[in-house]
This record gives sequence, structure tokens and C-alpha cells, in this order.
Amino acid sequence: MHHVLVEQWSRGRSWLHRRDARAKLASLAVVLIAIGTIRIGAHVALAAYFALLLAATVAARLPVTSILLRAGTVLPFSGTFAVVSWLSGDPQRAIALVEKSYLSALAALILISTTPLPKLFAGLESLGVPRLINLVVQFLYRYLFVISEQAQHMRLASRCRGGGHGGFRAANQNRFQAAAGALAVLFARSYGRAEGVHRAMLARGFAGHFPLLAPARLSLADGGFFLSALAAAVLVRFVL
Amino acid sequence: MSGSPINPARARKTLIEVRGLKYRYDDGTQALDGVDFDLRESECVALLGANGSGKTTFVLHLNGLLSGDGFVKVCGLPVSKENLPAIRAKIGMVFQDSDEQLFMPSVLEDVAFGPANQGLAPDQATSRALQALDQVGMAWASAKAPYHLSAGEKRRVALAGVLAMDPEILVLDEPTTYLDPPGQRDLLRLLKDLPQAKILVTHDIPFAQALATRAVFFEKGKLAAEGSIDELLYEFDWRLDPRA
Amino acid sequence: MHIPDGFLATPVWASLDILALPCVGFLARRAQRETEETKLPLLGVMGAFVFAAQMINFPVGPGTSGHLVGGALLAATLGPAPAAIVMTAILALQALVFQDGGILSLGANVFNMAIAGVLAGYFPYRMLAGSSGASRGSRNLALFLGGFLSVLVSACLALIQLLLSGVAMPGGVLGLSLGLFVVSAALEGAITVAVVNAIDRLNPTWIKAPVRQPRRAFAWIGMTAMLLVVGGVLVASAAPDGIQSLANQTGIASQTQALLAAPLAEYQVRGLNSEWLRKAAAGLCGLILVYVSCIGLERLLRRRTAPGA
Repeated sequence: MHHVLVEQWSRGRSWLHRRDARAKLASLAVVLIAIGTIRIGAHVALAAYFALLLAATVAARLPVTSILLRAGTVLPFSGTFAVVSWLSGDPQRAIALVEKSYLSALAALILISTTPLPKLFAGLESLGVPRLINLVVQFLYRYLFVISEQAQHMRLASRCRGGGHGGFRAANQNRFQAAAGALAVLFARSYGRAEGVHRAMLARGFAGHFPLLAPARLSLADGGFFLSALAAAVLVRFVL
Repeated sequence: MSGSPINPARARKTLIEVRGLKYRYDDGTQALDGVDFDLRESECVALLGANGSGKTTFVLHLNGLLSGDGFVKVCGLPVSKENLPAIRAKIGMVFQDSDEQLFMPSVLEDVAFGPANQGLAPDQATSRALQALDQVGMAWASAKAPYHLSAGEKRRVALAGVLAMDPEILVLDEPTTYLDPPGQRDLLRLLKDLPQAKILVTHDIPFAQALATRAVFFEKGKLAAEGSIDELLYEFDWRLDPRA
Repeated sequence: MHIPDGFLATPVWASLDILALPCVGFLARRAQRETEETKLPLLGVMGAFVFAAQMINFPVGPGTSGHLVGGALLAATLGPAPAAIVMTAILALQALVFQDGGILSLGANVFNMAIAGVLAGYFPYRMLAGSSGASRGSRNLALFLGGFLSVLVSACLALIQLLLSGVAMPGGVLGLSLGLFVVSAALEGAITVAVVNAIDRLNPTWIKAPVRQPRRAFAWIGMTAMLLVVGGVLVASAAPDGIQSLANQTGIASQTQALLAAPLAEYQVRGLNSEWLRKAAAGLCGLILVYVSCIGLERLLRRRTAPGA
């Protein structure tokens, strides 16, 4: 999984890293809305947003090239649609699709690269994301790597078993069944693991609802950060 | 941050008392077939026996995760639904798979999970968690995600998670799984220093020999024998030496 | 397909965010009722399972393979509301942590894949596998249709939203996309059947029997909704400007299909090779297939639900 690197970045010590997750989430929302609602063809304003995001990346002492490249994972998707738009005679929209999707992905990436996930989840929780969803997402993330590792083993196993004889068709069918069997075993293991987790929770006195640690207090700097992000986003949006 | 102080003037009190415990799984397997067992203060009892002999099923009865027929009393309280919160606070159970035990997003939150369930206020639970992490030498990792820890570190954090609840009894299910010899040695040192009475479920004979004060041997859901580890190894022909 | 930010027009993403919120809230409350909160880890671990399941490839044809998307499988194992919550959690994590799908467009993606996709996947299961005397064959048919519809409905909804947002798509590309949707939907159906049966062999209690008593009104509402979804694309694509030059299409399509065919494909881009694509260039055939299969399903359901409904 390629996320390990981002998680390392998120434990940096810059000024941006130290801002409260809520302030960063709110700022992200402002920036995304500003970019999302901008008219097609506003290249100068979008360039200004890019400059702002770039400045944030540098200020957070993140590896600029890696960040810019990683945000580009959205490009195959938006590039495809851009080509289609271009070919059907709408080059302005084609450019806008690429610009907007890239900048939005970049903004989200900067948030996740400067905020450790436990803090991000805590921030989402206190911003009113439904408890159930937030908890499920946390459990999902916690066991993503554990189960993925098992899936990798299963993939090997299913490749080893799925050789098969008797012509291409039969071999393909065998491999299909082997893959289905592998997924079923993975399902069973996941189920067993969930039961183990549940047992461990009960053993430590779980009585039906998750305890919350005290939420961190918002500092003046957090407020200042959000206000300056807001001001910059609005200024660019309406002036340029 | 320790168990209840041991009073030398008093006879060692019985912490766990099990009589005639029977349990049958849904598929009809008789996993436990009449088990009698006692655990006293500051003891460490090793549970030995083949795979499937009922050791793990047995310990799951001690804090009510399973309930069969018979009589189980922990720290003077019969294991019943209304006593479960009190009993689960007294028995700290460290499971074999640390990944299943460490389910919260960060180490600190995980260790604070137990104390918070006991009804402590968030800041109290946090300070209790930090104390327990310090006790196992893992305070430096409090902000980390459990996924980034080594097997030995995970085991320590799992231990801290139950120590933070201030238990009187520790139940350790195969604590040396996935640990390399130095990791096992560190764990051994740590466990030897803990004042709690311990139940050790294991196949790791050298570890059990180094830690346990006595042992019992499970066979087909029954306690087949009880004594020192060396006696039991001899009696059940469990020695590793091929010439034996 | 995960729609990134910057694609949808403001009214589209905003209204879908607003629509998705109460839907997710309602489903969360239902999920909480159906699975006690102590079962929470199960939902999270199952989300991780669906995520990880994408690493296991199912062979389709020469050199091509696909993987599980999971909506229908989750609905059959966890029940519809918990399945929708698990899918929502997956989408949220992908948007936030993996930049796969936008954050403003999260509402759209949740609506397409977690709400409509899971419900469309559960619908045939409930209709066909619900009666106590349901045979193995009809359960498999239900599972196949569930997998098929969950992918098709999600993909068509995403396409409609893009068309509504003014993202231009010539008829040829649109037809090709629809053809690919149908192929990947059929694959999802086949995978769902194979995996659910394999799970059933390991432990039948893991497969949740659907709530019985299918109601005719429910059937009609569901059918109409699904026809509207699929028909919506037809309407949106009215006045096709013919099939563009073939070379053009295949160039674009080799990328489009990876993204359209498998919503989670970015972690492992793969797909149907261009040889196959050339054969499938007449994607409009796919459209007809969708239409016919939907009508066929409708007939089938009407016959099944008529007695005692």
C-alpha cells in the first residue's frame, strides 16, 4: 500500500502540522468549495490557488516534488474525460477538468500529509460526522493493512492452485473458482478476526459505546490559520 | 499502578475458584468436561496441554466471554451477568493476536480504552494509560498507530492496555507468539516484576519454566494432572529431547 | 467509478451531498438496530475485506481480469443497511486518505455506490431469494442480478451526473462506456455468485437470509427506479453524433475502461485489452442488452411475486 509514506509525512513537526485538525478540515472545505465553484476558464485564479497550495506544501516542509506527483494520481481519470471533452469541441472545459481535479486532490493530499489519522478522525468526530460511520472508518483503516497482507498471501495461493489442465477455457474456469475460494477464505478470516476484536473489546469492559478522549482545545493560532485560509480563498476567488 | 498490596500476615487468598466447569460447543464438541481449578495470590500457573485440549476455552470462562455449566468465582464474585464489569476489571486478558487486541487508532487511545470503560474521566483515563505505558517501557510510542509497532512492542502495549485497568489477575494466552528470543527475554523480565497473579497459556516450555510457579495439564477438556512443569513434562512425555 | 472534485457542476454535487446526508443517517440508524453496536468491528473489518479483495483477480478472458466491487456481496452477508454503511466508510476513506474520489463529490459517490448501488444489489436478492422455498438456482440468479445491477446502477448514475454537469460525451464514447459497464456488471454478478457460494460452503450462517414477504409495490418502485436510472443515460445521450473514428475511440477507451469498469481500479490498474475493445466497439449493443435484461427481470419478478403478494 502506498499510504505508508503519507503517514510518515503526517508526523512532521511544521507549523501546519501543529494546527488543529478541525481548523485544517474547515480550511480544506473552503478551498475545495472555492475551486469547485469557480467558472470555467479562470486560469489566473486557479494558478493563484496552485501557488497558495504550493506555499502550504513548502511551509509544511513536505517533499514538494513527491506531493505534486502524488496528487497526479487523479490525472488518468480527469485526463481521459478531458480528451473526450476536447474532441467533442469543448477545450475550455477539458482544461478546467484537469485543473480543478488536480488542485482539489492536491489540497486534500496536503491535509492528509500534515495530519496524523487519529487526529483527523477525532477532528471529524467533533465536527459532527456520525459516530457510527467514523468508528467504522477507523476500524476499516486499522485492519486495512492486516487484511491486505492476508489477501496478498491468498493471491499467491490462488495463483499456485489455479493452474488447471484441459484447455484454456477449463483453466480459466478453474482459476475463477480458485479466486472465489480464496476470497471466501479471506472472508472467513476477516470474520474470525472481527470476532477476536470483539472479544478483546469485551474483555476490557466494553459496554456498548466507545469512550472519547478529551478533545484538544482550539488555539488562537488555529483560528488565525482558518481565517487566513478563508481570506486567501475568498480574495483569490473574487478579485482575480 | 499495582495490584492490591499483598498482606503477608494473612494466608494467601484464593483469587479464582472453579468447580465442575463443563462447556459444549454448538457443534457438539465437549470442550470442557468438569474442570476444578484454583488460583491464589501472587501465583503464576502455566496451563499446558495439546492444541484443542480446552485451555483457551477455559480461560474465556474466567471473565464470562463464554459461559458453561459449573461454578466460577473470581475475587469472591460469582461470574454472572451483573458481576461482569467488576470481574473484567479484575482479570486482565492478553490475547494471542495483538492485532486483535489493539484496535484503536493510536496506542494511547487503545491503552485508555479499558480505564475509560471503567468510567474514568477522559483526562484520568489518559494519565492512567500513560502510567501503564511507562510501566512497560512504551511511553514513547503513545502517539503511534499500532500498525507501525513490532510484534514485541505490540505485545507490550497490549499488556499496558490491561495493566491500565489495575487488574489483580493477568491471563496471558501464548504471550511469546511472534517474539524473537530477545523479545521473549524482555517480556519475561517485565512479567516477573509484575505483582499480579498470572495464568499462562502456552506451548513455550522454557518460557513457562522461567515464569510459572506451578503447572496444570489439560487433556480432553479435563485437568489431567497438576505439579511442577518438569514433573508434568515427564509424566506426559512432552520433552523435546528426541532421546527421551 | 469515483468522481473526483472538479467534475460535477455545483448544483449537482451540492444537492447530492445534501441528499446523501439524511440517507446515510437513516441507514446508520437502521444498521445500528440490525447489528448491535458491539458488532461494530465486524463492519470495519468487512470494509477492509472488500478493500483487500481487490487484490485477488478473477480471470475473464485472454490476459484480462477483473475483481470484486462488493456491494451485492456485502448486502447478502451483512444485510442492506450495514452493507451501505460499510460502502460509505470505504468511499470516505478513499476520498480522504487515498485521494480516490473527491471530497465535495463524496455525496455523489456515496449516493451512487453505497446507497443506490447496494440497494440495487440487494433488491433482486430480496425478491428472489426471500421466499422460504427459494431454490439454489433462484438464489444464484438473485445474486448474479444483484452484482450486475449494483455495478450497472452505480455506473449509470455517475454517468448521468457527469452528463448533467455538462461534461460532454459523444455518442460513440457513451455507447462504448455503457457496453463496458454491462461487461463489468456481468463480471461482478458472476464473482458475487461464485464467492457467496464458496462462503456458503465454509459456513452457511454467514449468508444472511433476506427478510421475507416481498411486496409488489416495493418491486414496482424498485424496478421503475432502476429503469429510470438506465433509461436516464439513454435520454441524456439522445442525438448521438455517430460512432467517431475507431482509432480515436480505442485510444481513449483503453483508459476509460480501467476507470469505468472497476471503480477501485486505481490501486491496480488492469482491464480488458484493446483486442477485446475493438470487438466491443459497437458498444451500443450493450445498451440494448441492458434494456432487454431489465425488461426480462421485470417480467420475472412480476411472475414470482404475483402469488400471495
